[in-house]
Amino acid sequence: MEHRTSFGVPHRKMAMWVFIASECMFFGSLIATYLAYEGRSLSGPTPEEILNIPLTSVSTFVLLMSSLSMVLALDAVQRDDRLWAKVWTGGVIFLGGLFLAGQVYEFTHFYHEGLTLEANLFGATFFVLTGFHGAHVTVGVVWMTTLLVMMFRGTLGPDRATDVEVAGLYWHFVDVVWIVIFTLVYLIQ
Amino acid sequence: MSAEATTVDARTGESIYAGGWKSWLTTVDHKRIAVLYGATALIYFVVGGIQALVIRLQLAGPESTLVGADTYNQLFTMHGTTMVFLVLMPLAAAMFNYMIPLMIGARDVAFPRLNAFSFWTFLLGSILLNLSFFFGGAPDAGWFGYANLTSERYSPGMGIDYWMLSLQVLGVASIASAVNFTVTILNMRAPGMTMMRMPLFVWMSLVVQVLILLAFPAITVGLVFLMFDRFFGTHFYIPAAGGTPVLWQHLFWIFGHPEVYILILPSFGIVSDVLPTFSRKPLFGRPFVIFSGIAIGFLGFGVWSHHMFTTGLGPVADTAFAIGTMLIAIPTGVKIFNWIGTLWGGHIRFRTPLLFAVGMVAMFIIGGLSGIMHGSPPVDWQQHDSYFVVAHLHYVFFGGTVLGLFAGVYYWWPKVTGRMLDEGLGKIHFWTSLVGMNLTFFPMHFLGMDGMPRRVYTYAAGTGWADWNLVATIGAFVVGLGTLVFYVAAVKSLRSGEPAPGDPWDGATLEWTMSSPPPEYNFAETPEVHSARPYWLHKYGPTREASTHTMEEGTPPQPDEPPERIHLPSPSWWPLFTAFGFALAAGGALVGLAPVLLGVAILVTGVFLWAFQPLERPGGPVYGPSAASGD
Repeated sequence: MEHRTSFGVPHRKMAMWVFIASECMFFGSLIATYLAYEGRSLSGPTPEEILNIPLTSVSTFVLLMSSLSMVLALDAVQRDDRLWAKVWTGGVIFLGGLFLAGQVYEFTHFYHEGLTLEANLFGATFFVLTGFHGAHVTVGVVWMTTLLVMMFRGTLGPDRATDVEVAGLYWHFVDVVWIVIFTLVYLIQ
Repeated sequence: MSAEATTVDARTGESIYAGGWKSWLTTVDHKRIAVLYGATALIYFVVGGIQALVIRLQLAGPESTLVGADTYNQLFTMHGTTMVFLVLMPLAAAMFNYMIPLMIGARDVAFPRLNAFSFWTFLLGSILLNLSFFFGGAPDAGWFGYANLTSERYSPGMGIDYWMLSLQVLGVASIASAVNFTVTILNMRAPGMTMMRMPLFVWMSLVVQVLILLAFPAITVGLVFLMFDRFFGTHFYIPAAGGTPVLWQHLFWIFGHPEVYILILPSFGIVSDVLPTFSRKPLFGRPFVIFSGIAIGFLGFGVWSHHMFTTGLGPVADTAFAIGTMLIAIPTGVKIFNWIGTLWGGHIRFRTPLLFAVGMVAMFIIGGLSGIMHGSPPVDWQQHDSYFVVAHLHYVFFGGTVLGLFAGVYYWWPKVTGRMLDEGLGKIHFWTSLVGMNLTFFPMHFLGMDGMPRRVYTYAAGTGWADWNLVATIGAFVVGLGTLVFYVAAVKSLRSGEPAPGDPWDGATLEWTMSSPPPEYNFAETPEVHSARPYWLHKYGPTREASTHTMEEGTPPQPDEPPERIHLPSPSWWPLFTAFGFALAAGGALVGLAPVLLGVAILVTGVFLWAFQPLERPGGPVYGPSAASGD
């Protein structure tokens, strides 16, 4: 279904790379703002008081494993291994969902501890940055769920592996962004 | 067209623009989408122009009471926002849309429906912005919307809400089309159309798309922070809570300075293609012009703080950004000398496109030179926020961008409409624009040097600024009159213009190898390219360039009928539907949560319906030999 292309890369795959370049600037601006405002809050709660590194390490591990599952899902689709394609795609959805559940828990917990958008600059920059990341994960989960439904309907074979590959590029990118956020926001305070 | 007998599509033989309103709402043809962009931009050009004329009337004499301070603030804010986002960018987008596929030998853009989505999102975003005039008051904090003037405290009205929401919508439209064009240019070139053989307009378009991709996210983030400040009580730009308005300045200008190049580089591309055509000479130093364009785009990202010299960033930052700013003069100068070198010794034909192109080069030099002046921090400190800067930016945007885009309009009008524009009216348009713009903007240099600040709605009688302001106002009306001449010429051409041949200017590039306007499927046969000037090579052999090519390697005109069957993407409602959902979600935020949720629901539904609708469906446009004659 793909036509001849000048670079031999499907249009959609190239488009995703181009879009990811743009997204780098988007998250770059959010992260830069977080760093620029770090320590400038006039009142608490502060990151040191509230960030839970062990818990977030677990959810980071979960998200990393979802990327592994993504790689295996694409490989299964390309091999036309219908069963394992579904298993690994389901794995991505499950692990992505687990990460989101962790984020929901974290946000709720912080809210009860007094960290809100209005509370201080840390709250504003933290929630907007990690919130946008969470929104990206949510889009990815919906996207992967759509692919899983297609797999169950039998409409997603190796001829449409690009569909999965493009979703995978997006997923890995969102994962990499989290690694940066985890490092800069949680680990290096 | 003479293809009725052998094609299966009964519509062949009609204009590619024929068809009812439904065909326009569902179109995925890059040429029709281009016409939609162009028509919208030309309508907003009138709107933004009238705003400018009222501004000039208000300033014609001292202590004028024509419009109050409030209205004046809305006028200059909307004039800037309209001209940048609703005129210059979409007019360039119209040309990207129409010309890029034709110039690289492609059937369409890479994602035809995404292209339609970009247009509808842009249109709905622009309507949202202008609804502010009728419901709640227009934005009035300048097109740059400096924090913390935009905070709830200092701008309690809805104007800023309209502004920040619609700009986010427009940003998504720009990024979507930038992804589309980037992939189109990189991935859909005809066989033999190497990167270095691409026309300069395509090259500069590519640089512009990369700039849009990397610059727009910064303003989007800036606008998101503003939205959170205004709607959700955060303090991103509130100094009392530890925030700083300088954050907005950085985010805005990281976008804003590349935006200047987003606006000027399409003109550079047009001029680089128009000058060789009317000088009957290849572009002088072609690779240098290409790489200079890339260098301008690259350096353009490292100079944003020259808009902030008076913010007090310190001598190190000021020095670094001053050096970066001065560096940009080098590739820009290279281009200017190459353009002059192209004209030098050419067999020049003074047709309207050439006049606009030469006018652009001359006027841009003035704007570029004043730009280098306030690239120096001490000079900038004196000129900042004065009319000198207004003069500078209008020499760049009007003298550079508008004249350059009009060179493109006059150059490609016959290709797009199939009709010639009146040469006489075109020349009147050019000369009135040139004289008018210099009358308007040159005196602003003097006013600025004399200390007249920008963005003031009036000035005292004793300041001595009245005379030059009156001259500027007269000049603005001369420009307005010249622009009116263009609209008259456009209507006249569409009604009774002389039919345009496929190649009215003796062009060198692929778009001239096809009929005017081109058929819906663009190229009947995929062209093969062996030169940067494939059509000249076909017509004249290697005489117009020192090369080893032979005449046979040129690209011949397109055949009247496609030798093979061509299936085109089917029309689709979903891009419009999806764009509507998105705009509703944004605009709904002015009213309440319910319309936002409805908008999101429509958006999500639209995305799914779109994703699962095949691009080419039965009953879609088909051209070529009929099944009966042996498929």
